Amino acid sequence: MSAHESVEASIRSTAHFMGQNTLQPLPKKDFTYAAAQHLLNRAGFGGTPTQIRALTEMGLDKAVDYLVDFGELPERSSGLDFRGDIMRQPTREEQETARRARIAGDEETIARLQREQQMRERTDRDQLASMQRWWLARMIETGRPLEEKLTLLWHGHFATGYRTIENSWHMLAQNGLLRRECAGNFADMVRGIIRDPAMLKYLDNDENRRNSPNENLARELLELFTLGEGNGYSEQDIKQAARALTGMTFRDNAYFFDAAQHDTAAKAILGRSGNFAGDELVSIILERPQCARFIATKLFRFFVNDAPQPSRDGLDLTERLAKELRDNRYELRPVLRALFRSRGFYAPENHLAVVKSPTQLMVQTIRSFATPTRDMSALVQAGDLMGQQLFQPPSVKGWDGGRAWINTATLFVRQNVVVYLVTGRRPQAFDWSPSDMAYDSTHLVEHLRDASMSLDPEEATRSLLSFALAGDADAARLAQLNGFIGGLGDTVTDDRIKALLCLIGAMPEFQLC
Amino acid sequence: MHDLAFTRRLFLQRGCALASLTATVPYFIEQSAMGMLGNPLLSSNPGVPDERILVVVQLGGGNDGLNTVIPYGDAEYYRARPQLGIRGPGAPVQNGQQSALELNQARGVGLHPNLVGFRELYDAGSLAIVQGVGYPNPNRSHFTSMDIWHTGRLDAKGSGWIGRYFDNACNGTPIPEGAIAIGRAAPLAMEGEVQRPISFENPSMFRWMGEELHASMKDPYDAINRAGVIGAASSAAGSNSGKDTQKAFLMRTALDAQLASDRIRAAVAKQPLVQYPGHGLARQLQTIGAMIRDNMPTRVYYASMGGFDTHGGQAGAHGNLMRHLAESVKAFQNDLIEQRNDARVLTMVFSEFGRRVKQNGSGGTDHGTAAPTFLIGPAAKPGVFGAHPSLIDLDQGDLRYGIDFRSVYTSILEDWMKAPASKILRGDFVNPGLIRKT
Repeated sequence: MSAHESVEASIRSTAHFMGQNTLQPLPKKDFTYAAAQHLLNRAGFGGTPTQIRALTEMGLDKAVDYLVDFGELPERSSGLDFRGDIMRQPTREEQETARRARIAGDEETIARLQREQQMRERTDRDQLASMQRWWLARMIETGRPLEEKLTLLWHGHFATGYRTIENSWHMLAQNGLLRRECAGNFADMVRGIIRDPAMLKYLDNDENRRNSPNENLARELLELFTLGEGNGYSEQDIKQAARALTGMTFRDNAYFFDAAQHDTAAKAILGRSGNFAGDELVSIILERPQCARFIATKLFRFFVNDAPQPSRDGLDLTERLAKELRDNRYELRPVLRALFRSRGFYAPENHLAVVKSPTQLMVQTIRSFATPTRDMSALVQAGDLMGQQLFQPPSVKGWDGGRAWINTATLFVRQNVVVYLVTGRRPQAFDWSPSDMAYDSTHLVEHLRDASMSLDPEEATRSLLSFALAGDADAARLAQLNGFIGGLGDTVTDDRIKALLCLIGAMPEFQLC
Repeated sequence: MHDLAFTRRLFLQRGCALASLTATVPYFIEQSAMGMLGNPLLSSNPGVPDERILVVVQLGGGNDGLNTVIPYGDAEYYRARPQLGIRGPGAPVQNGQQSALELNQARGVGLHPNLVGFRELYDAGSLAIVQGVGYPNPNRSHFTSMDIWHTGRLDAKGSGWIGRYFDNACNGTPIPEGAIAIGRAAPLAMEGEVQRPISFENPSMFRWMGEELHASMKDPYDAINRAGVIGAASSAAGSNSGKDTQKAFLMRTALDAQLASDRIRAAVAKQPLVQYPGHGLARQLQTIGAMIRDNMPTRVYYASMGGFDTHGGQAGAHGNLMRHLAESVKAFQNDLIEQRNDARVLTMVFSEFGRRVKQNGSGGTDHGTAAPTFLIGPAAKPGVFGAHPSLIDLDQGDLRYGIDFRSVYTSILEDWMKAPASKILRGDFVNPGLIRKT
């Protein structure tokens, strides 16, 4: 963040005469197949050659609108049948039974109640596991990929972990909130999140009371959700913000404002004074330029480039996104539209510049190669091994993303999960069920057949490599693959395509999109 | 390949100073690394296994400290645990439950009867028992308390204490294979800002499985993944060679992964020098023993064992856990002795919290607070440290801690790893002197 701030001033003074407006639209003629693939990878989870061609033919503006205005597409993902009462609060009657048993020292009843509680917790963990499979399947199946991608972004931003709150229904409700607001107004999302039972529980705001404030939510609201650590607020601001949030709690599955616990006295927050409650607090925070810049940085790292040091153009694009956010009063859709149309988004330096998250890796592999989904439990487990378990971010900071995804251990899992998806063969010693789902990979090269329906192996190899690496068919890589496919014979078969996909999936740069 | 292996060996032998070049390889190493060979400031001794090793054994779920180190001399113990209490040394077997092993008669403490291996280590002068280890305002959530132990911070936030040891020791650049955890996911304790641990559940999983599909796939795979650092790499890395691009970073990591995979699988392929029992922890320690024997450059290993969350039917379950723990650790220690590596390995055994003093209605115990921590190996100063926590002066039914867990870390960091503990732990903690002076 400090890098952004320090360079900001120089950008404002130089960008203009350098003529480097990174947010200017890409010339329409430059929206090539490769550009369309880049767009679909970043604003979604990639697609098959056929889907990319269709997007290319739409042209830049229509393609971007198609992805961004997803509200107009039919939602085809399956419904769900989850229960909201597993972790319900005990009824008055049950509380009374427990109280009496404790007083009477009735160990048998206490033990029974304890067993019942453990049973409920187990049922709830099972439900969370099925929710993990459900969300992953939804990302794989959805016709509105940007919606799921944004929901995943905000899940990591407003990170809440199941293991702390132990209530799967609350996690699901939060997921619904983030999906509903994902491309709407950021202010609405923040106002929703400070009323969200999962978040209120996760950051202890259910214990934030007038006479004993708990600063946890207030601190993270400023530090992680809106302004960024140390970005123009003080410890005093946190204390005052915590007072504004007192009384915001939940009852059962719903938000509840406990007026008796709300501190109604005047507060001084970020230079403003008044009798602020939660919503005013959010307005005050969002007026700060640091907030727009913090969110713009988040969008830039998620959609454009997550290298450790942003380039000069990267900083310029971030700054312009921040201005768009402010000008649009935090409406996200116009900002996303501008981003996905911009020259900066398609600049060569931003090509293959984002490390695929584990979820992106799996969903993009399935959607672009059109492999079967195999065993969803295995994919959830693989996500865990690669460092991303849905509904279980490691901490309130969410996932660090970028290079933090990659280490020597996760790299093997990443390579192996591609082999699993393409071939159905499970890694030896892995606890994954082998899958015999049929997969015909030849569809990836059908369009290359000439009039006599024959297919040149080298042409097929080049095409597959270029497709899988979003246009990056490096000559040395091509030679490595051709040496291999050449040795296998001169016809292109399903098996050979699969072997190539496994090798391409094992290339270090396959981890980038 | 020959050049590549040579360069890699340099990394391993020269340690941090040269490894730091990985931040700018491939390009920089070709230019300058060779020139640094004669640098007298690089003093590490190639090929000589003099580096000290820490092995951490985590008992997940909250080990019942009161039934591990047993305060048989305190009648209150039996009042609080009429069924679960384990009788003092020499008492007859009761309901199939054997009596405690004597540890220190003057203090009235013994060991769980199944901790025979620990008793032997104690007799051999290789066991330090630290009683009543905990921290202020104990958190009774497994996850939060475990995170507190892992981060070494009461707010449970930030990087891991072992990770920070590496970050600090290596001046901002990771040591390849410096930290290895056996398990599905790397423990937070080992995650530094810079240092990242290697973790694998089973060495056979720590490799690419595509070559099982067809033998012909191995060569192209190797060519693809081993091009990460020098000469041969520059064509594959293209014009990005020498720059710290995302692609260059991935190429480097891929090379590291291949070499670590080769190294680890070669190490564990050898038959161990002693017979290990079949328990999960024993298998992990056997793998660690093999890597130590093979002179891996690893400074910290991590093993873990779960199942300690004994809310119900504790007696039998906890007895088995104790037996598995002691047998596994003893076999590991025997292995190290056979290898003549025992003097350079220190093992720490800990759990995120102990359990309540009073047994519950299900023949178990609920989440508690302070509990014993063990240090094992000839380097550990033998004996019982700290007073056993009072069973009467309780905090909401739980033991009050006597020694902060960060004091135990301080002792290990300062006196074993020779690292600045207060910097790593971001605070000064009393060093209880748990390591023998050498």
